[in-house]
Amino acid sequence: MSLRSYWQDHPAPLVWAWKATEAALVFVKPLFERVGFERSSAIVHPVEELGKQILFNCQGCGQCVLHYTGMTCPMNCPKNLRNGPCGGVRLNGHCEVKPEMDCVWVKGYERVQKTPYAHEFFRLNPPVDWRLEGKASWVTFSLGKDQVTTGSETKVRYATEVLPAGATERGQK
Amino acid sequence: MTTAVPPAKLTGQNSTLAKVLRAGQFAVCAEVSPPVGPNPEAVKKHIDMLRGYADAFNVTDNQSAMVHMSSLSVSIMLQQAGLQPVVQLTCRDRNRLGLQADLLGAAAFGIPNVLALSGDHPIWGDHPQCKSVYDIDSINLLRMIRMMRDNQVFENGKPIPKRAPDFFIGAVENPFAPPYAYRPFRLAKKIAAGAQFIQTQLIYNMPRFREFMARVVDLGLHEKVFILAGVGPIRSLKGAEYMAREVAGNDVPDWILQKMSGLSKEDQAKCGLDICCEIANEVRGIEGVAGLHVMAVSWPEGVPKVVEQLGLYPRPALEAAPAAQAVPA
Repeated sequence: MSLRSYWQDHPAPLVWAWKATEAALVFVKPLFERVGFERSSAIVHPVEELGKQILFNCQGCGQCVLHYTGMTCPMNCPKNLRNGPCGGVRLNGHCEVKPEMDCVWVKGYERVQKTPYAHEFFRLNPPVDWRLEGKASWVTFSLGKDQVTTGSETKVRYATEVLPAGATERGQK
Repeated sequence: MTTAVPPAKLTGQNSTLAKVLRAGQFAVCAEVSPPVGPNPEAVKKHIDMLRGYADAFNVTDNQSAMVHMSSLSVSIMLQQAGLQPVVQLTCRDRNRLGLQADLLGAAAFGIPNVLALSGDHPIWGDHPQCKSVYDIDSINLLRMIRMMRDNQVFENGKPIPKRAPDFFIGAVENPFAPPYAYRPFRLAKKIAAGAQFIQTQLIYNMPRFREFMARVVDLGLHEKVFILAGVGPIRSLKGAEYMAREVAGNDVPDWILQKMSGLSKEDQAKCGLDICCEIANEVRGIEGVAGLHVMAVSWPEGVPKVVEQLGLYPRPALEAAPAAQAVPA
């Protein structure tokens, strides 16, 4: 537990690892396409799951948002919020449902400031596509199956659209 | 007393609450808790007690994760009795299918206001063994309702036949839960998702609320959404202690407990009313507050008392509302 939170609290290597992974996933996209989604996922999933479970207590939603949420897995939130935190956070920053656990969104907000992705905390994360649960997030990302907006929207919105310019920087101490 | 500028295009056309807010009048909302049993008489009693005390009435959705009559059916009863309902929808009990089904039903009965919440976790309720749904979160629920209304599409992107449901869309925000610096931004997220009015958590910690509102005004969010400040009378010291310790997301400062201790039962209730009115009067003077949301903390009779004591009863008839000024959505 403490080892996990150490890396999450000092996320520079994690950020570096994500950037490398992101580049690699773009690179291997044709390979995934040739092998097919289901088979690629079956091959990649055990590796991804092992690493992410150790580092992030990954819950296997198959559509990873870790770098949007301060390297903190939102699926550990008992309400599965993709846009937290809820109003029930305890005054000490702990979860209302699991009093011994830090609210993942409170932690995520702290941690995201230490990454180059602070602006992503203003992203309106689309709802979970539960069909992807248990699939390899690396494959769904590579093939563009994750983070698909729903309804009539084709673009993910950001809270910054309703904020004055520069407002978000002022809020981050 | 300052009120917000009317936002957005003309949506929620049948909403009295929207008209009151857009006309710049100080709005009052009150909360109705549906009965636990199947008895419609309980709802009628509530209706008689509250009639005329607010511009719109929130009907809670399995409040505190305890089983109640459904929010939609009580909202329909209110609507038919001539009270304007705000149907509350939580993401706890229904997935996208269930939520959209209820929204279509609400639209069919002409219910003009809807309020989207995540919902208290079942662990707090009377069925802690049940499976919570949380298919989508409150922000995606807001988005879904906005797209149903503005783009006439379901969440799957398919068109809604005949006509789009028209709602005045509300959301909640809790300024009293960490991380405090992020709360105004989360409010902005809800506005971007589709919220047109906001009801806040019960306010007891005034300095914290002032801080929150100052930031909201600084960000100009009060011009994009109507903010209704949540207030509620606490009936007893026991109730206050329970709220301070047990109820998630509540910030009840010690001075309230101290003020109530040592008083008789009747005096405690009176003290609770006075504190609530004191807070409400202070809140009315804060820039960006467009109205009050009076919640009954297991004390439905307290709501009319508060509204009366604040001099907000009877609710003024709606003045001929000026054509809503064009403000970007």
